[in-house]
Amino acid sequence: MRVRVDQDACAGSGQCVMSAPAVFDQRETDGVVTLLDDGPDPRLHGGVRTAARLCPARAIALSAR
Amino acid sequence: MPDALAEPPAFPMPRAAACPFDPPPGLRLLNDGEPVSRVRLWDGSTAWLVTRHADVRTVLTDPRVSAEVSWPGFPHTNAVSKARDTRMTTLMQMDAPEHITHRRRMAADFTVKSAEALRPRIQRIVDDHIDAMIDGPDPVDLVAALALPVPSLVICEVLGVPYADRSFFQRVAGELVMDGGDPARAMAASEELNAYLGDLVAAKDAEPGDDVLSRMAVEQYRTGAMTRREIATAGQLLLVAGHDTTANMIALGTAALLAHPEQLDVLRGGADPAVVAGAVEELLRYLSVTHTEARRVARADLVVGGRHIGKGDGIIAVKSTANRDPAAFPDPDTLDVHRAARHHVSFGFGAHQCLGQSLARVELQAVFGTLFRRIPTLAAAVPLADLVFKHNAVFYGVRELPVTWERTDGGGR
Ligand code: HEM
Ligand code: SF4
Repeated sequence: MRVRVDQDACAGSGQCVMSAPAVFDQRETDGVVTLLDDGPDPRLHGGVRTAARLCPARAIALSAR
Repeated sequence: MPDALAEPPAFPMPRAAACPFDPPPGLRLLNDGEPVSRVRLWDGSTAWLVTRHADVRTVLTDPRVSAEVSWPGFPHTNAVSKARDTRMTTLMQMDAPEHITHRRRMAADFTVKSAEALRPRIQRIVDDHIDAMIDGPDPVDLVAALALPVPSLVICEVLGVPYADRSFFQRVAGELVMDGGDPARAMAASEELNAYLGDLVAAKDAEPGDDVLSRMAVEQYRTGAMTRREIATAGQLLLVAGHDTTANMIALGTAALLAHPEQLDVLRGGADPAVVAGAVEELLRYLSVTHTEARRVARADLVVGGRHIGKGDGIIAVKSTANRDPAAFPDPDTLDVHRAARHHVSFGFGAHQCLGQSLARVELQAVFGTLFRRIPTLAAAVPLADLVFKHNAVFYGVRELPVTWERTDGGGR
């Protein structure tokens, strides 16, 4: 799984950090998403998919590789 | 199919007296038959009502859908909110790209980690108020004893309101949210609060602390990006958006649990934090306290759920029906604290999704994880049928919630 985030679109909701804290973080200055791991371990895929589904700004894109 | 020439039904619609936790029956009929349909508003204008979960998420993320109140077709709730919204513009009424710029000026204080960092202080506030309940009169009104003071003191923490000013702040906050009260008094409270917050910005500029007003004083006021008055208005938005919403969730959530004892049992005597967190999401879904719904306007033609919405038409995205949509939540009218409910839209969706949601979650988790642990025999002191629900308020809830408990309760913090 390959994860990409669109920082321009991000609304800083934190839904991704709640869903997969090992993969997503928020910048301390303005709450914008940062990616900790763009090719997460399969163990984390469930949380990453939840994050992509819940992201209110549709700023998280997943691809096979 | 309703007759195309028939007069559109009026919105908002009344709830059924026997089902105070459910959305109005009229809305649910629309959701079943005509999920995108026209309604008539207080001033005779019409707007499109969007009731399904998938359609609500679609319109709230569509760049052709605007939050700007200056459009003539914007669907205002009533004359008072129309006057207020068109007078005082906050980030809630802005579109991209301006919206995101303003939102990010405050967002540092509302990340998941910032809310977690506040958890010990929030827990302390909750514990102090439950201590006072245990030591005080029984029965007691849970709205006054817990639901209103907790969110107001948490906003004091976030804004950096000094301890000495907190009783003043709580009084003004109370006057501001008092629905059914005198609009002139609410207006005076708003002015008083803005003046106070403006002075506080100056004090933070002189001596910055670790709070949202200090950060805005340093980053926006000093650089000339925002005036003190603009920062005060932003601070007031946090109070308006974060106080009564959370207070109603605390009181109405408690009432809903008291009405569903088998669900309350899960939290009685203390539950695992993950179970408490899940219960909070389910209560948010089930209750939809922001029942005036998400109001928008079409800045271009678009098609939603097969219906054509024209440029300039008002749109009301109905979270309360979306949260009860069987396509998104199996058996939606059942309150089930073990349900996976995080895809509810009680915090909205799209770029305007609640900025304070992580903070609200920590507050509600602290309350619902503590109240029934420390007072496991908590019970309503009046029949639930006698409670007065706030049908016409901006945020839905219960006006008073008299509660009682066995005197042996009041166990350790
Ligand atoms: C359970 C409690 C809460 C609920 C149900 C709630 C609900 C909402 C909803 C539905 C919106 C979106 C409105 C729209 O799309 O038109 C919103 C926006 C907002 N909320 Fe909350 N809220 C809660 C607590 C809080 C708290 C505690 C704060 C801050 C202290 C807060 C601050 C805000 C702000 C600033 C916005 C505007 C965001 C924007 O327009 O970009 N809310 N809230
Ligand atoms: S869920 Fe989306 S909008 Fe929210 S912080 Fe993550 S990327 Fe940003």
